[in-house]
Amino acid sequence: MKITQHATETTLTLALNGELDASSSVLLDNELSKPEILRTQKVLIDCQQLNYISSAGLGVFISHLQTFQDANVKLVFFNMQEKVRNVFEILGLDSLMTIVPSEADAAAV
Amino acid sequence: MEHAIRISCTRRNLKVVRDFVGEYLAGQQLSEVLVNQLILAVDEVVANFIIHANAENEKQFLDVRVKVLNREFGFEIEDGTPSTYSPGSYQEPDLREFVRVGKKGGVGMMLVNRIMDRVEYSTVGEHTICRLYKTLT
Repeated sequence: MKITQHATETTLTLALNGELDASSSVLLDNELSKPEILRTQKVLIDCQQLNYISSAGLGVFISHLQTFQDANVKLVFFNMQEKVRNVFEILGLDSLMTIVPSEADAAAV
Repeated sequence: MEHAIRISCTRRNLKVVRDFVGEYLAGQQLSEVLVNQLILAVDEVVANFIIHANAENEKQFLDVRVKVLNREFGFEIEDGTPSTYSPGSYQEPDLREFVRVGKKGGVGMMLVNRIMDRVEYSTVGEHTICRLYKTLT
């Protein structure tokens, strides 16, 4: 799992590359746990190169969602592959989290 | 025809098992979404055995077997330790509550149960075996 960051004044974009499982999810958890992330307005997760996600990866997002909402930080996923989106849908997480098709859609949220 | 692999109990081997299952399913003319679901179900059970049942002790091993018969896909994960997991007490978690309290774990078996038709745990001597089944038409 490789995580590439791009930050603007209001938005932090994390591009995930690889497989997010019980072995690699700690990397993402570390990124989302940084205190400065709560000072941004939006966290965009670029999933184009995210080839796999297990419950451990989902758990990282679940565990941070309320903290983000409390801090008025929007968490938005975009460019998600169908097989990865399906995993969110199996649990109904697509109704608890914001998943949009493209980066332009994510910017407009 | 049965395909099998033995791995030691380290998280690094999760990828090894996913590749093993994926390579087998690649020849079964299934959609990418379905292949991913089956890989995920096996991955979740294997992760539970590695992390919870064996505390990531690399001296312990798991055997993973894949079998297909009449479009029923069967996956067997055998652990050399007695089970501490009790599927009889399993209840679907409330995801909104998980979000509210910031819970990190606990949705793995929810995925497995929603993906597979049958999930069976049994104990043979000191060994615990989890069998997952899904029939595709």
